[in-house]
Amino acid sequence: MRKSVVIAALGLTLALTSSLGFAAAAGPHAAWMDWKPGNDVSNVASLQRGAANFMGYCAGCHSLKYNRYSRVAADLNIPEEQMEKLLLLPGAKKGDYMISPMQAVDGEAWFGKAPPDLSLITRAKGSEYVFQFLKTFYVDPQHPNGTNNLALPGTAMPHVLSALQGLQEAKFETIEKTVDGAKVSESHWQSFELAAPGQLSAEEYDAFLRDTVNFLEYAGEPQKAKRQGLGVWVILFLLVFTGFAYLLKLEYWKDVK
Amino acid sequence: MAASTDTTAGKTGFRAWLNKRLPVDEFVDSQLIGYFAPKNFNLWYFFGSLALLVFVIQILSGIFLTMHYKPSELMAFDSVEYIMREVEWGWLIRYLHSTGASFFFIVVYLHMFRALMYGSYRAPRELLWILGMLLYLALMAEAFMGYVLPWGNMSYWGAQVIVNLFGTIPVIGPGIVEWIRGDYGIADSTLNRFFALHVIAVPFAIAFLIPMHLVALRQTGSNNPDGIEIKAKTGTDGKPLDGIPFHPYYTVKDIFGVGVFLLFFCGVIFFVPTFGGLFLEKPNFEPANALSTPEHIAPVWYFTAFYAMLRAVPDQQMGALLMLLAIVVLFFPPWLDRSPVKSIRYKGWISKVALALFVVAFVALSYLGLQPADGLYVILARIFTAVYFAFFILMPWYTSIEKCKPAPERVSYHA
Repeated sequence: MRKSVVIAALGLTLALTSSLGFAAAAGPHAAWMDWKPGNDVSNVASLQRGAANFMGYCAGCHSLKYNRYSRVAADLNIPEEQMEKLLLLPGAKKGDYMISPMQAVDGEAWFGKAPPDLSLITRAKGSEYVFQFLKTFYVDPQHPNGTNNLALPGTAMPHVLSALQGLQEAKFETIEKTVDGAKVSESHWQSFELAAPGQLSAEEYDAFLRDTVNFLEYAGEPQKAKRQGLGVWVILFLLVFTGFAYLLKLEYWKDVK
Repeated sequence: MAASTDTTAGKTGFRAWLNKRLPVDEFVDSQLIGYFAPKNFNLWYFFGSLALLVFVIQILSGIFLTMHYKPSELMAFDSVEYIMREVEWGWLIRYLHSTGASFFFIVVYLHMFRALMYGSYRAPRELLWILGMLLYLALMAEAFMGYVLPWGNMSYWGAQVIVNLFGTIPVIGPGIVEWIRGDYGIADSTLNRFFALHVIAVPFAIAFLIPMHLVALRQTGSNNPDGIEIKAKTGTDGKPLDGIPFHPYYTVKDIFGVGVFLLFFCGVIFFVPTFGGLFLEKPNFEPANALSTPEHIAPVWYFTAFYAMLRAVPDQQMGALLMLLAIVVLFFPPWLDRSPVKSIRYKGWISKVALALFVVAFVALSYLGLQPADGLYVILARIFTAVYFAFFILMPWYTSIEKCKPAPERVSYHA
């Protein structure tokens, strides 16, 4: 009976919370919100490409203020001379934190907002978000820098990767709704259309983003791959330990009647 | 006192030397081997010793964190990232501590549920229950202040909301809020004093309350799933017939429990340390920012049931009062329960349904506290708040009118 009470309670709770989960998912859900980078922080080759992408396209404006060049090189198996050639920004030493040469005041003057530090961006917003953000720039003549973004509408960041992705136009559908007696028109994103092609195909651009997001995820938690690798051994040890602990318990409890 | 003169008899060398000066063996004999616990403990009886284990984990990991953490508005957030990245094994120490906080509440909630289920709060264990509740209060204070220390944006805004609750106290409220913060807003002085309280004052209180809780337990003896007193049936040697020495029987059993616990604990630490944003929330990876409020301010999951109750009331003052009452009412079950039996096993169906509904209400409120407070959510929060309080308020009534099964003479145990 006691068990049935517990099971009934858990069952009820589960049923309730899952039905609430559906209620919470109201509001327009668009296909781009499901785009995932599919990256893997234990893939060192991808991280190396991502690091090169970052230094080439992002590091001019964005810092990784908690990451040191030397640590990145060590973690990503990048030899020292390669690191100096590929990673180091002019004037930086290998033990330095990866600080962008752009001054915050300049960023504010040029873009209206200083470009944020990215060392924790995937932890604060998620890798999916960064992937979706970099993939959903579209032409918007009403916006000061000519492009707008679905993941971060009104972003101050110009589409710096447009040379790679090309420029896409967004098709929106306008939906007339009546909310509390008042007519409201909502514009829902439908699809993207490539207006001007870039250097990369759609697949190549996705791969470029996957590597870049992968590197940012690494930067957010440099020991992540090591943590998971170590975790397997910890769990294996604990399984053996718990197994023997159980046998010990059985042995001692033999005489309890 | 005859026993204490015996303790060194038959012992030689260091052991005799030691026991002449410190009653080590006497303590082990009386508290571990000589302490008889009911033999029918089930799964629910692991969580007391596990709570003690988590406490030790928190103290040890906490000591190492304080060696590297900087309790200052300007450096706190950076110092946590420094621990995560540049301190040897710092990430492990930090995840041990952050995961430990959530697991502390998991085991304590299960421990409290066990007591509610088997009537472990009933006479003669009222003080044991109250000491446990004081421990729970201390743990809440400890967790709240610890949560502020990383100085992430949710830390900051969570502190803002919780500290402002004191402002709803009539007349002296605003003064108290200022006194707690040490400033006109959550600021460097707040962080610094929370650090002092988190690493010294509250841990001391907890370290004092734990032995008190254990001494009270030794005095009354453990309850058990059948809710009967094993001391009532003793053998010719004066020992309870249904009791077994705590050591070695429950020490070896608890070692097994520790193994299972560590599997879950390490599973989280090594594979899902943020637990999908429940144990470490996304907004807390952005530094505290007084100009940018997170989309939804919510405390960590272990406080959200009370937070949902706070928001269920339109008036903030009444909401805060209700939240306070929700905790105060937890002190009273020893005097609200009028049932002739202690354990849920022998109580009537009303008590069983009431306890099940109470669990549903608590879990549902915990969920609702994480959601935005609008529409259906508020209505549900009100319903479950009513259920939560009804469990206690109606307890004297439903425990006295229902038909109970007779409790057995001896504990039920199948080897």
